[in-house]
Amino acid sequence: MEIKLHVNNVEVTMQTEAGENLVTALRRHGYTEVRTGCDTGSCGLCTVWIDGKPALSCSTLAMRASGKNVTTIKGIGAEAESLAKALVSEGADQCGYCSPGFILTVVAMRRELESPTIDDIKHYLNGNLCRCTGYEGQLRAIQKWLVASL
Amino acid sequence: MLNMRDYAAPETLQEAWDIYNSSPSNTILGGCAYLRLGEKRIGTGIDLSGLGLDHIEAHKSYIQIGAMTTLRELEINPLLKTHFGDLLSDSVKNIVGVSFRNGATVGGSVFGRYGFSDVITALLALGADVVLYKGGQMTLERFLNEPPHYDILTSIRVPKLESKGVYQAFRHSTGDYPILTAGVCKLENGVRISVGARPMRAGLALKAMDYVNVLLASGKAITETAIEAAADMASQELVFGTNMRAGADYRKHLCKVLVARGLEEVL
Repeated sequence: MEIKLHVNNVEVTMQTEAGENLVTALRRHGYTEVRTGCDTGSCGLCTVWIDGKPALSCSTLAMRASGKNVTTIKGIGAEAESLAKALVSEGADQCGYCSPGFILTVVAMRRELESPTIDDIKHYLNGNLCRCTGYEGQLRAIQKWLVASL
Repeated sequence: MLNMRDYAAPETLQEAWDIYNSSPSNTILGGCAYLRLGEKRIGTGIDLSGLGLDHIEAHKSYIQIGAMTTLRELEINPLLKTHFGDLLSDSVKNIVGVSFRNGATVGGSVFGRYGFSDVITALLALGADVVLYKGGQMTLERFLNEPPHYDILTSIRVPKLESKGVYQAFRHSTGDYPILTAGVCKLENGVRISVGARPMRAGLALKAMDYVNVLLASGKAITETAIEAAADMASQELVFGTNMRAGADYRKHLCKVLVARGLEEVL
């Protein structure tokens, strides 16, 4: 089956199967920055944006992305880079595997929420799991990044 | 993701029904979050996303929530907050994460009749109805208690009654499946008490509701003793079970605590 969609604002045509998930389709077409974690919709590693909203690509049918604009970590450029630097500076990036999912979710949060509190941040990031840290580094980095980006 | 032979995106409900009815292996696709965890062999997956069922609309006597409305939309929609306070928002806000809730749908949660469903507990407490394509409108309570319906859920209708409601759930950790859920609502026509994740699906504590509603109708003050009695009644009349998350006795005790707290808040 063929679908047409935009990935990072570039129109692409993908071949997929009826039951294939978006993360597999994206990776097969070269978007390997999108990662598979738990593959059960629990960890947030596979987060992408679909029409600007964070979504789990492991739990989204590729067919459902037809006609949509999918954004990966590479699609948010400078914002991702500045937040990534903040994460590194606070020791929040050990293996780095969860970081793209975290970054996409945090940037989406900033676009959606005005002046999120620490509780808002924790709640919004509830679906992004990290096996390496205790989340303290991420929370410090996010708060500093939010202040710096005002 | 899914063991699915074919995919269809019908443009009308009749088309969706025709495909659904053409083979027992054809399956309606909601958010697919739970469907993907199973091993069902699907013939044709029928995607309802193109049918405009992702709506939340005010009608004269009810708010209509389309079956393809996401749990995230349920969480943040201002119309729902205006009419029902934080009840619906509180029921979904701890389900995994925002990304998950941007995909999971109200229709998938309700039609699945899942025991762990926070949404069903909240909607039952609000006295919601379901609207089925072939079966028409019926109470959520009837939908849950009858054998599974071979039908397409199109929307949920929540009566626009003056209400004060509170939703509570107990979990081992945020984002996890609940151990027990409780929705308590004081509506114009009385109190409703709904308890779910027992681990069975949500049910109404009818005896406890009758007890409280008789007191309310008599004009007598609802004392702390009466609230405890009602909560105890709820814990006695409902059935609880044991699974990996909690034992039956623990759930029974939790029911008493959560229902009492809910009644204290709404009365």
